[in-house]
Amino acid sequence: MFRKTLKVFVSAVLCLFASSGLAVEEDSAEWLSIVKEAQHQTVYFNAWGGEIRTNRYLEWLAGEVESRFGIHLQHVKLADTAQAVSRILAEKQAGNLNNGSVDMLWANGENFAALKQNNLLYGPWAESLPNFLLLDADQYPEMREDFTVPVEGYASPWLRAQLVFYYDSEYTQQPPGSMRKLLAWVKANPGEFIYPKPPDFLGTTFLKQAVLELSDDRALLYQPVSASHFEQATATLWEFLDELHPWLLRRGRYFPVSGAQLRRLVLDREIALAFSFNPHEVALGIASGELPTSSRSYVLDGGTISNVSFVSIAFNSPNKAAATVVANFLLSPVAQLRAQDSAYLGSMTVLSLNKLNKADRQKFLALELGSAAPRVEQLNRKLQEPHPSWMAAIEQAWLQRYITN
Amino acid sequence: MAAEVYNKLTMLRWASPVMLLLLAIPVGIGLLMVLLPAFGFMPAIGGYEFTLAHWRDLFGVPGIVRSILLSLLAGIVTPAIALAVVFLFMASASATGLDRWVRRFVSPLLAIPHAAAAFGLVFMIAPAGLLARLISPDLTGWDRPADLLIVNDSYGLAMIAGLVIKEIPFLLLVAITVLPQLNPAQRVSMARSLGYGPSVAWLKMVAPGLYPLMRLPLVAVIAFASANVDVALILGPTLPPTLSVRLLGWFGDPDLSMRFMAAAAALLQLGVSLLAVVSWLLGEKMVSKFYRLWVRSGNRLGGDSAIFFLGRTLLPAALVVIGGSMLALFLSSFSLSWRFPHALPASWTVQHWVDAIPGMGTPVFNTLIIAAVSTTIALVLVVGSLEFEQRSDRKQSSAMWLLYLPLLMPQVVFLFGMVVFAEFFYWQPNLWLVIFGHLLFVVPYVFLVLSEAYRRLDPHWSQLAAALGASPSKTFWRIRIPLLLAPALSAMAMGIAISASIFLPTQLLGAGRIATVTTEAIALASGGSRSTIATWALLQSLLPMLGFLVALFVPKILWRNRIGMQEG
Repeated sequence: MFRKTLKVFVSAVLCLFASSGLAVEEDSAEWLSIVKEAQHQTVYFNAWGGEIRTNRYLEWLAGEVESRFGIHLQHVKLADTAQAVSRILAEKQAGNLNNGSVDMLWANGENFAALKQNNLLYGPWAESLPNFLLLDADQYPEMREDFTVPVEGYASPWLRAQLVFYYDSEYTQQPPGSMRKLLAWVKANPGEFIYPKPPDFLGTTFLKQAVLELSDDRALLYQPVSASHFEQATATLWEFLDELHPWLLRRGRYFPVSGAQLRRLVLDREIALAFSFNPHEVALGIASGELPTSSRSYVLDGGTISNVSFVSIAFNSPNKAAATVVANFLLSPVAQLRAQDSAYLGSMTVLSLNKLNKADRQKFLALELGSAAPRVEQLNRKLQEPHPSWMAAIEQAWLQRYITN
Repeated sequence: MAAEVYNKLTMLRWASPVMLLLLAIPVGIGLLMVLLPAFGFMPAIGGYEFTLAHWRDLFGVPGIVRSILLSLLAGIVTPAIALAVVFLFMASASATGLDRWVRRFVSPLLAIPHAAAAFGLVFMIAPAGLLARLISPDLTGWDRPADLLIVNDSYGLAMIAGLVIKEIPFLLLVAITVLPQLNPAQRVSMARSLGYGPSVAWLKMVAPGLYPLMRLPLVAVIAFASANVDVALILGPTLPPTLSVRLLGWFGDPDLSMRFMAAAAALLQLGVSLLAVVSWLLGEKMVSKFYRLWVRSGNRLGGDSAIFFLGRTLLPAALVVIGGSMLALFLSSFSLSWRFPHALPASWTVQHWVDAIPGMGTPVFNTLIIAAVSTTIALVLVVGSLEFEQRSDRKQSSAMWLLYLPLLMPQVVFLFGMVVFAEFFYWQPNLWLVIFGHLLFVVPYVFLVLSEAYRRLDPHWSQLAAALGASPSKTFWRIRIPLLLAPALSAMAMGIAISASIFLPTQLLGAGRIATVTTEAIALASGGSRSTIATWALLQSLLPMLGFLVALFVPKILWRNRIGMQEG
């Protein structure tokens, strides 16, 4: 009986907390009651499991939340995030509204948009997290937008990513600094470049980067797509691609399907120029033998697409309190420091260093980037993601144009 | 006494209906869950009206005709080549040292999951692959790999090659299992006494008897080749890919409205697989007509040496390719830096294995439990229904075709439907649900490997036992089980291999919570380095290989002092 009353009370607090929209203090009664509710809950964190470093980071996370909060965290390793989306959908279809199998998930872009649009997410909750303040979201609007879709507290930031190019310095010393220069470079070095086929997200990112650079009216790309705008904004993109394809590896008759395959092609000396969505990837790839020691990375002159990745909670998760606590811990300086450290995850923090205390800030500044990584001032050249509706439209048009019967 | 016999018979009577229901109900429900959305009905995402619009969308997808043709082509060409290679081999090498050597290797090779073999093959034949490295730059002058479209070629030839080298061991195992019932040695020696060369004698006297026994396994090969995803993803064309790959992509599209078209595509895939089967059966009629003419022609001259040569080279070559692919994976799993054109890694490391080991405990445990339980249940059901067939003296019911439904249907199709179904009953994803999902695929293969051997077992043995006063049960335990030990163990090994290698049922029914070696391997394959993938692919092959080794050696050890039980 008592347990039941407690449960009702706690879920009431959770609702109150969630709707307040203001970050609460870590020692406030509301937060403490959530932490208490979270104890002994099991959180199934559905996250892409394609990378050993991420998997190992999440193992560490599981140990931390276990010892700090008594939360059992289990990483459900996905080959494709859409699997989790399917799962939640199937549960909703069958009327499972309170006992879902996905608690937390790492989802972005199209996946996040689909979840949010179909009311498959719990929220709003993210802006009430105690650590939300460390993001300085007023200064960094990307903390509230996922591919221009307003997050509205339905997801909490986790990591930053940015498109960087890398090249084999044994083969070339002058990699191209823009899309136009890329075309000239590939003509001079036929077969030394290729991009993954959409809808792989890295391949689509390349197309978005190209359309942002080549389009006459960039502002159009930040609004939902419409038929007339699509023609107007992408005409230069198709011209560019038509000209580029005959010079690609295998002359455009084959496309790899992932960033991992790009790395393999560079290692095999099939291509000399490639790109990634993690600025630390080259340093990490050299360390693991996945990329040649002669690899170097850089950011295009006009800047490259950057985004923030988010974690969200399924609408029917039975362990929302624990998921909330885990999301908050992901934003703690200790978790973010480890995420940025290339000895562990080697990603980029979402925290605003100005919001940290001096000791924490020093720790972040002390992290080494390595000579293969792009310089910090290069990484300041950021472009925002276009509206996600463009992604689908460009993918569709790409298939239409380059696949024939 | 009579009552007891009767009771046992009733219990056995249930085995085959239970087995069929177990398979047909979930598949049927899964199919229904696809049929409705294909015509527009899926309330959870706002589909309330019946419409053909999604079919129009599907046929408007760029390159759809080509995708269909690719699937169809793979479905027909793969079994044709694999069967020809197996028959030529058996014609030319039966009961030779080569034959014994090949038999020893064929089962372990069967244990290698399709994806692992495909991945190894890429690393053999790609422009930067092992073969090119062996001759570069000395012979070729390549210090960078040649820009050639060898893998992922537009006609799916590399994909078909990958499928063929994996199906050859399967068909060979099936052939070896059923062959002894045909008394091949007797048939061949009779033909030889009439003046035929040994290989031609085999093809004219044994092959026509063997083929009908292999028809069902061939149908399974056709279904698999036309609907497979893993090999097509790794070796298949990309512009556009096969229908199966595209359909999986649509099912996984974040835009949920794509589910309608995905469902329509799933039905289309089912149609394409069925079309491949029907074309095969029609082709069979034509081929058999010509074959009969050839057999009857009585021509004793020529052909034998050509058959002899092809038979003795093609199949061993295919096995060498798989072996080479595995070697490539093995080297890769210990390489730290291995750039083109080095034929061997420039530096070595054990790090990939060290990385893999700490996380292996749970996946290995789960894989073993699921494989053991599902194979045991499958074996009990299959043996039960076959034994009933024997004792009640009934012909095979045509309903047995239902068994192969799960192999004929694209997995993703009915599995998603099954998830919805399980959710209706609030069955939380757990180990039992996963085991149940595995049964759908393990039962047909166990049945496939065991049924012919069971049915063709010379009835005289049982009649002899009955004449000596043994009860049906005693005959079963003392006569049939020992005689069928080898095929039963092969069937078990096959079941374990299937269970250990399947991905979608584990992932979907376990909500990703039940990690097996295969789910780990597939997750890592989506972003891992070549070395990581190689390490996990080898791990993935290891467990089923143990099963096959047991199947190979247990009969040898048990029957070590019975010469008559050694072969077959």
